[in-house]
Amino acid sequence: MSTASTSFIDRRTVVDWLGIAPFMIFALMFLIVPTLYLVTGAFFTPDGQFTFKNIADLFTPSIMSAYWISIRVSVASALGGALIGFFLAWAIVLGGVPSWVRSGLLTFSGVASNFAGVPLAFAFLATLGRTGLVTVLLRDWIGFNLYATGFNILSFFGLTITYMFFQIPLMVLILTPALDGMKKEWREASEILGASTWQYWRMVALPILWPSLMGTSLLLFANAFGAIATAYALTGSSLNIVPILLYAQIRGDVLHNANLGYALALGMIVITGVSNILYILLSRRAERWQK
Amino acid sequence: MKTSKALAWFAIAIGCIYFFVPLIGTFEFSLRMRRGVYSFDAYRSVFSDVQFQQTFGFSMLMALFTIVFGMLLVVPTAYWVRLRLPQMRPVVEFITLMPLVIPAIVIVFGYLRLYNSSSWIPFTGSIQGTNMLLVLSYITLSLPYMYRSVDTAMRAIDVRTLTEAAEILGARWPTILFRCIFPNVMSGVLSGAFITFAIVMGEFTMAALLNRPAFGPYLQLVGANKAYEPSALAIIAFAVTWFSMGLLQLVTRFSKMASSRP
Repeated sequence: MSTASTSFIDRRTVVDWLGIAPFMIFALMFLIVPTLYLVTGAFFTPDGQFTFKNIADLFTPSIMSAYWISIRVSVASALGGALIGFFLAWAIVLGGVPSWVRSGLLTFSGVASNFAGVPLAFAFLATLGRTGLVTVLLRDWIGFNLYATGFNILSFFGLTITYMFFQIPLMVLILTPALDGMKKEWREASEILGASTWQYWRMVALPILWPSLMGTSLLLFANAFGAIATAYALTGSSLNIVPILLYAQIRGDVLHNANLGYALALGMIVITGVSNILYILLSRRAERWQK
Repeated sequence: MKTSKALAWFAIAIGCIYFFVPLIGTFEFSLRMRRGVYSFDAYRSVFSDVQFQQTFGFSMLMALFTIVFGMLLVVPTAYWVRLRLPQMRPVVEFITLMPLVIPAIVIVFGYLRLYNSSSWIPFTGSIQGTNMLLVLSYITLSLPYMYRSVDTAMRAIDVRTLTEAAEILGARWPTILFRCIFPNVMSGVLSGAFITFAIVMGEFTMAALLNRPAFGPYLQLVGANKAYEPSALAIIAFAVTWFSMGLLQLVTRFSKMASSRP
């Protein structure tokens, strides 16, 4: 820095770096340092001793069960969202439907993938709750009592189908460009060589698409794993998923150990971080075919 | 070909059922407040609630601040990275994507530990400070969307030539930034602004944990205490999302048309 005033080149370099200084300071103060604070806090006792005990304490049954429910809900909603989303994307790209269906579905997906949080919980309560429209119609029209089957919107299954409301559109939005990148020539070439539709999908299309499919599913998984508002508004604190446990911990130290709370946050970062890194790696691989 | 077309329509039918039944169900439920007949009583009750007006207004104000200050941060940075520091591009892009990786609840947890009233920057020590921290947290949350939309818009213009032309004409950097760059990336700024608006209006975690009277925590409170108002609020929230996403689509379409003109 002290040489900056002596040479023109150096002063220019300093000015260059000063240009992104506000952004870097912002990122440090409101993104990186707060996160690192929790991550390091996870490895210390309240009186400042280094320890792995907090990490070890994550493996106690009550916390493990929270992680386990979270992972199950996230996996189920990601797989469900990926499956239905894939078929929808396939339908609008390769299914030969009119173009207004395509643009309509993409517009709606843009809206629905952003329609999460508390209102989404209300919507599903009003639809599949005990007096919800679908529950009532099923009972009155065909005499089917949904709640007698053990179904409950305030449960694992209920949360999963609620999450799928934003998972499906997200899958459609990310997968449509990938399907657009499938070249007609590949299909034609395989047909000329005598491949059936099934063989084309199994040996050509799916091997090309699987990085996109896997990657997007991982993104959906991370998306569901970090979400809290919908679950909190839907189930209160009756379904013990990790974000809700962390919410209770922030509010009132329910674990009776502040540093264990940091470890809980660290666990969330690790899980969403790993799935996002895999997503990035897989989408790089997927891009190979899209050039 | 016939079977695949039938399958495609089948998939779309499934999708439509999944998307529309909850919306119809919510709307129907919101009309049930008066026993026996459909009425808009729930909406009347919501709109006349002082808390609704206050929290909605508060969140609108927060969204406005988030958009203004977020853009003042993002546009110069994206411009500078394109013009002078292309080698920093991957780093800046990585940072802007981090809020998608780190859950919001973890970020706000860090804030509460780092900026509490007994820390070196006691943001949460006063109401004004907490509001400021809330805006800053919203900027963090919307960073991925703002940066991406601005950067995409910037790709379409020749930043270097524009800057050089302005410099030759004697413009200083505030003029370059606010009268050359900003107007030229307006489509990106607007689409980033609309998506930010949609995010901030419904946001729950940050506002609840920072204890601010925003729309998201109000929704949760009504949901826990009332029967029919939540559905009416869900319809209103959905309308807000549609409104901002609709404007976003309009802006993108308009800018595409403008840029395809010779």
